[in-house]
Amino acid sequence: MSKIKKTFENGKAFIPFITGGDPNIETTEKLIYAMEKAGADLIEIGIPFSDPAAEGPVIQLANERALLAGTTTDDLFDMIKRVREKSNIPLVFLTYYNPVYTYGVKRFLEKCKEVEVDGIIVPDLPYEEKDELAIQCKDCGVDFIPLIAPTSNDRISMIAKESEGFIYCVSSLGVTGIRDDIKTDISTMVNRAKAVSDTPCAIGFGIATPEQAKELSHLADGVIVGSAIVKIIEEKGEQAVDSVFDYVKKMKDSIR
Amino acid sequence: MKKGRFNQYGGQYIPETIMNSIIELEDSYKHYMNDEEFNKELDELLVTYAGRPSLLYYAEKMTNDLGGAKIYLKREDLNHTGSHKINNVLGQVLLAKKMGKKRVIAETGAGQHGVATATAATFMGLECEVYMGEEDTKRQALNVYRMRLLGAKVHSVTSGTKTLKDAVNEAMKEWTRSIEDTFYVIGSVMGPHPYPTMVRDFQKVISKEIKEQILKAENKLPSAIIACIGGGSNAIGAFYEFIEDKDVRLIGCEAAGHGVETQMHAATITKGSEGVFHGMKSIFCQNKYGQIAPVYSISAGLDYPGVGPEHAMLHDNKRAEYVAITDEEAVDAFEYLSRIEGIIPAIESSHAVAHGIKLAPTMDKEDIIVINLSGRGDKDVAAIARYRGANINE
Repeated sequence: MSKIKKTFENGKAFIPFITGGDPNIETTEKLIYAMEKAGADLIEIGIPFSDPAAEGPVIQLANERALLAGTTTDDLFDMIKRVREKSNIPLVFLTYYNPVYTYGVKRFLEKCKEVEVDGIIVPDLPYEEKDELAIQCKDCGVDFIPLIAPTSNDRISMIAKESEGFIYCVSSLGVTGIRDDIKTDISTMVNRAKAVSDTPCAIGFGIATPEQAKELSHLADGVIVGSAIVKIIEEKGEQAVDSVFDYVKKMKDSIR
Repeated sequence: MKKGRFNQYGGQYIPETIMNSIIELEDSYKHYMNDEEFNKELDELLVTYAGRPSLLYYAEKMTNDLGGAKIYLKREDLNHTGSHKINNVLGQVLLAKKMGKKRVIAETGAGQHGVATATAATFMGLECEVYMGEEDTKRQALNVYRMRLLGAKVHSVTSGTKTLKDAVNEAMKEWTRSIEDTFYVIGSVMGPHPYPTMVRDFQKVISKEIKEQILKAENKLPSAIIACIGGGSNAIGAFYEFIEDKDVRLIGCEAAGHGVETQMHAATITKGSEGVFHGMKSIFCQNKYGQIAPVYSISAGLDYPGVGPEHAMLHDNKRAEYVAITDEEAVDAFEYLSRIEGIIPAIESSHAVAHGIKLAPTMDKEDIIVINLSGRGDKDVAAIARYRGANINE
């Protein structure tokens, strides 16, 4: 069983997302330790991209800040190498395909293996195109984590059958960002996946409050929160570490 | 070979949220492209509304002045709305209507695709919203007003470089939000499959007409066809029916901006590398970490960091040549054609004219060059005046 799958055995998982290098690589490293201490079960690190087409304004700006600070894919690998001297928490990259493709798929995945990145989420690599990356992921022991969306319907079984790590359930149409109200019939989505696969399901897009997290955690195996955390980093910059710790702790406690 | 591929290029690199809609589009397109009724309706629109066939005009004065190959201009500038964009838009908006969509969205650079989409949408009774980079809304203020006049809502995009690439990003984001009732009318041979193929099919009427017209006028095929290229829709439209005619040189003219040796250009094939962006694998201007590069051209319609996947293939297969034309060369050509033939070309098309001016004198009098005049230049007059240091009210 992969390290990611195992994480979901300790109750409902809380999965925070931050953009790597926002506002700088040193702060990202500190945030990883703080979030782990606060109870995060798995951490998603975004590789900053010039044109993050699935992101709302909050994470889009984080991408811009990280790139402005000069963050590169190699900086993230180096940082994770340092993290691995102190922490064993499951880490997952969220990245658009182009940074992986231009780095070289094989070279990128070997680097993931070397520094122990446990999984990869690529929002612009759907089921039909995934083989050019997913097959090599297997060789390197990196879980290729698929997404399912409110519009996926009968595609869910096909996607879930070949899933690894966990399944990222997109809660709403549109881009990432905080929403007051999530209307999608998430339990139907999750049930369709569960019918064909034992891969854990985590819900993301739009979640910000402990109440939302608690409610949604009943429908799946974990919740993912990005924009709400990135917003704190936007406001406090390098000083965000304590506030992010408090927020993650509050969120994790709400789903225990 | 997987569907929607041109060698390794093309594909469907898009979020899962959009996949079912893209499959629906693919199926609908496959169905209607072979539907007699649909094709009849579209052909009629092209004739009665867009004004096709467009003229193939023998530019005699230009030919005599340059002293070499005989030059013909394919007058896409004479189409309704002033460019080749209407060919594709009538096809896509008619398809949207057949699919029962209520609303269309589009991105636009120079505004020509936005104007064409707004026109077709109002004509066919659909709502229309257009995404345009803030920088381009300034460069092409006239077209912004035209779109509003036609009843479209224009969104000024302030993210990233505030140009065409960012307008595509925002249109794609809006599409994932409103996927159920909205049709995304892509303006070039780019994006995920089936767009590169579908847009090419709607634009190939250009080369079909050129072939018929030149055979009638000269009883032989041209030696070369020249077209400007941003995403590449007018170029593929002008090339397509000649791809199998190996003696016809196909030449695409990219925007070199201030020069390909500077950072200020949009010469994707000349300077770019393979990548995956905007739903397709193709060639892009980018750095070694895959960050898409900010590009520049005086022409908002060529100011795009990528190129359609079929062009990437034609380049790799050495079937088409791609050259880069600077701002200065394009502006000179803009003025030259205005004075010598009394035709004001779009600044985009002026890139093709500029290459024609270079190429014609190197060829024989027996040779024929067809330059695709993809659009008219009214929209550019104020910007060219500014380039030459005159400030006029638009």
